[in-house]
Amino acid sequence: MFGSSSIERLLIEIGDITYFAKRFFKEVFTKPFEFKEFLRQCYNIGNRSLFLVGITAFIIGLVITLQTRPTLQEFGAVSWMPSMVSISIVREIGPVIIALTFAGRIASGIGAELGSMRVTEQIDAMEVSGTNPFKYLVITRILAATLMLPILVILGDAIALYGSYIIENIKGDVSFRLYFNKALNALAFGDIVPATIKTFFFGFAIGLVGCYKGFNCKKGTVGVGLAANSAVVFASMLLFILDFIAVFITDIFFEI
Amino acid sequence: MITKAHIDVKQDAKSNNQPIIKIRNLRKAFGDNVVLNGFNLELYEGENLVIMGKSGSGKSVMIKCLIGLMQADSGYIEIMGKDLLSLNQVELDKLRTEIGFLFQGSALYDSMTVRENLEFPLRRHKHKFGPIEDTTPLVEEALKNVGLLDAIDLMPAELSGGMKRRIALARTLILKPKIILYDEPTSGLDPITSKEIIELMRNIQREYRTSSLIITHDVDCARVVAERMILLVDGINYAEGTYNELASSEDEKIKAFFKQ
Ligand SMILES: Nc1ncnc2c1ncn2[C@@H]1O[C@H](COP(=O)(O)OP(=O)(O)O)[C@@H](O)[C@H]1O
Ligand SMILES: [Mg+2]
Repeated sequence: MFGSSSIERLLIEIGDITYFAKRFFKEVFTKPFEFKEFLRQCYNIGNRSLFLVGITAFIIGLVITLQTRPTLQEFGAVSWMPSMVSISIVREIGPVIIALTFAGRIASGIGAELGSMRVTEQIDAMEVSGTNPFKYLVITRILAATLMLPILVILGDAIALYGSYIIENIKGDVSFRLYFNKALNALAFGDIVPATIKTFFFGFAIGLVGCYKGFNCKKGTVGVGLAANSAVVFASMLLFILDFIAVFITDIFFEI
Repeated sequence: MITKAHIDVKQDAKSNNQPIIKIRNLRKAFGDNVVLNGFNLELYEGENLVIMGKSGSGKSVMIKCLIGLMQADSGYIEIMGKDLLSLNQVELDKLRTEIGFLFQGSALYDSMTVRENLEFPLRRHKHKFGPIEDTTPLVEEALKNVGLLDAIDLMPAELSGGMKRRIALARTLILKPKIILYDEPTSGLDPITSKEIIELMRNIQREYRTSSLIITHDVDCARVVAERMILLVDGINYAEGTYNELASSEDEKIKAFFKQ
């Protein structure tokens, strides 16, 4: 069971992260804007997770199709496969699985990077060199993560559908055109837009937690490992909470 | 306690000029851990002042309060006639261009080459330099000063500890500061490399006529560079004087520093 002190620590942590987020919103709109560094981070973050996201999405597409095929066959409903796969991937599986992969790669990466910069006083060195390290390091990374995750999810969804198509093509002789016709026709506004909006929040949460953990890293090399590790744990937890809230709200507005 | 002797030294220096750095009654605690408890210090122009204290005694905390990286709980800090706490961000940044800070572990930016490390303060302190077209001559000059021009395109991970310290020193010097704060310049280095760094510090002092505040727990370093010393014990400036005065003291707490 949780001791009262660990619940207390969790609450304090949530309070601190909220405060960190508040600082983000306060400083993100004021000059100077570190645009060059932002672009560099977009490239870094996107590039670092592209391969992993691609592989994960492809395998998810394959596996879902393989696993559901026998059941659909039993009901003689294999022709529904493209619609079923596309709806489940676009609405839920794509965003969540890809965000989790992204969290594993990026939240820990940012946590370790900023953590070691904190411990070795590189952040202090920036500050005495006329640079606001919060703007230069934190805001650029959070914005980059917020922007890159939705792009990666759209890309990942497409790759997953392609994986599913390959299985359908082999097992059911479905053509590329027919498969994607069915898959895309099944998607409605209420599937795509809420799912895309929530990925922005996921990206923001992952960037925020990674930066928070790294920026406030405790001294010592143990601190850096801890920052990286707890960033992933906390970010993943936050993803599920956000996902629940998102699905809840979508349910109210779109009546899935 | 050293009394008479250190008053003589202080008055001697005072008669020449005003202190360039003045710290009065600095207090800083982290929760129950009281680190600084009324620390005082004056650094005079052109002087080499060594602050000695055991590890964990609050030397780094003191120097970070001095440059505004940490907020002291109370106390007064004046640098070059300016009250540190009354400055806004722009004024603080301007003041920081006059002060070089050599960090304890060198603090080179891991993700940047040596050249980019040295360019960083040049490009960032826009109030002092404006946009600089070509930083190469300045970077090369700074690297020549520390004898490491060859390392210009290397990454920090490819450098030895002593080289890192020199590059960090070059990064500090590139702004041509009036004051240099050294946080344990020889920590983590072997004795020979330490000697080289100390020699370099003395050359810089001679060439640039900087005032230096040197934090250390290395007695050898203190003996060579100190014109005046302050011992930081229990959060206060426990004793002041020249190396020889302090080394010959009868006080137990002072003696503990000089026992080899
Ligand atoms: N950011 C911080 N939070 C809490 N305690 C700190 C912090 N920085 C320093 N301390 C504490 O202040 C004391 C002095 O640290 P420091 O100035 O780094 O010592 P040193 O004299 O070796 O440089 C230590 O007990 C350290 O634990
Ligand atoms: Mg220290």
